[in-house]
Amino acid sequence: MNQLIYMDNAATTRMSEKAFEKMKPYFLENYGNPSSVYQFASRGKAAVDEARETIAGLLGASANEIYFTAGGSESDNWAIKGVADSLKAKGKHIITSSIEHHAVLHTCEFLEKQGYEVTYLPVDENGKVSAEELLKAIRPDTILISIMFANNEIGTIQDIEVFGRIAKEHGILFHTDAVQAFGHVPIHVDEMHIDLLSASGHKFNGPKGVGFLYVRKGVRLTNLIHGGSQERAKRAGTTNVTGIVGMGEAAGEAGALMTERAEKIRTLRDHLMERVLAEIPYVKLNGSKTDRLPNNANFSFRFIEGESLLILLDQNGICASSGSACTSGSLDPSHVLLAIGLPHEIAHGSLRLTLSEENTMEEVDFVVDTLKKIVERLRNMSPLDEDFVKEQKKEK
Amino acid sequence: MYSEKVMDHFNNPRNVGEIENASGVGTVGNAKCGDIMRMYLDIDPETKVIRDCKFKTFGCGAAVATSSMATELVKGKTVEEAMKVTNKAVMEALDGLPPVKVHCSLLAEEAIHAALWDYATKNHIQIEGLKEPKKDIHDGEEETEE
Repeated sequence: MNQLIYMDNAATTRMSEKAFEKMKPYFLENYGNPSSVYQFASRGKAAVDEARETIAGLLGASANEIYFTAGGSESDNWAIKGVADSLKAKGKHIITSSIEHHAVLHTCEFLEKQGYEVTYLPVDENGKVSAEELLKAIRPDTILISIMFANNEIGTIQDIEVFGRIAKEHGILFHTDAVQAFGHVPIHVDEMHIDLLSASGHKFNGPKGVGFLYVRKGVRLTNLIHGGSQERAKRAGTTNVTGIVGMGEAAGEAGALMTERAEKIRTLRDHLMERVLAEIPYVKLNGSKTDRLPNNANFSFRFIEGESLLILLDQNGICASSGSACTSGSLDPSHVLLAIGLPHEIAHGSLRLTLSEENTMEEVDFVVDTLKKIVERLRNMSPLDEDFVKEQKKEK
Repeated sequence: MYSEKVMDHFNNPRNVGEIENASGVGTVGNAKCGDIMRMYLDIDPETKVIRDCKFKTFGCGAAVATSSMATELVKGKTVEEAMKVTNKAVMEALDGLPPVKVHCSLLAEEAIHAALWDYATKNHIQIEGLKEPKKDIHDGEEETEE
């Protein structure tokens, strides 16, 4: 097998061809600025309105509650900084979880330097936040609860409806980073009591550099990007017509095909998990078995390190990712893997494979066969494996 | 991100393995930051020449490549000559490393020194310039995990 096997769909996805086609006329033909007065510009405006309707429809929201942004990170920054500023007279306490994406965590750390207090809720070994812990953390000055819908590394899906209800009962705004979940699992902002929701186009086969923030009607949010009066004067910047059109089309497609796609991907993913867990010794599945994104598999292989694993997979044409320090750009392995209680050396040996409907059973089998050889090879040169084998001999 | 030489040594590491009844064994690094190197030396008792050198490494591509290169560089050298194999020498022999991976070459130097220290201690000899290595692989951590 010589072609590329792409199993890093949590990093980014391939553009939907339908979405790509839909974007094309807005580059060379209908390139007008939708804020302009002349009729030529209205073509872009109509397409943006259509995308807004599609996305709102998928969430059970109204079109005027959707604000387009430059992606997930901007949406997270805006939601958290925006609420922190608009409600600072009420309080300066924010609750989030210890396994959030850095777009949330680093924003919270920034606010801590500005005098806000942040509670980082722990998670259990499956990566779940508990309602009890959330209730314990709530204070009279809590202004925002921000808990991610589904985790980008281990795929764990949180009990968002429960947390939303708790927030509502306490009169606290509830934000969820749904970057990994939107377009993949059903979300309803009213049923789940969500006040703010972040999403990013390229995680559901839309283009990169575009996303949105859902803001419930009546929620006051200080602007993050100041300038022109785009997005009902809430988010300045010339409307990214092509990006929005592509994201809208991809969202529509993701919504229409959600169940079918999820079933197909889950079948592939389950086969991958079953084979890896059965055929490779000393491997652990990270994340929940049940409350999990259909496309995510995350393993820790004992005695080996993730970057070495990724380089060897890459040499076999397989694209994957790891939570090891060497791939995180710091000396510590992924904060998510440490938060679920993995010791450092086991967190370093993690591998994330995130599938799409374009993967095949043949590819999954090839990945497992390759993985078996690579893991064995790396273990043969690992001093940790050597020590472990010697210990075992002693015990016998 | 890596030079061709690094990739060559990562893909075809030289001298992987163990030496039974080695003259000296040294383990350095720390599981917390994800790199552990173990170096085995077989030293001729008469000539003090390193007849064989093997390694085992848990770590990233650069960690494997620097271990492999270090074994090549010390093999055939006397104990005194091996002391001159610095992290800089290992890095140069690999045509450089990305800045974040420089610590891997330091680890390779430390691993050679730790193995030499073990040899020196066992044989009650002194090697010029050689200092006692850090006591265990968890040295330098704020807290050790049990």
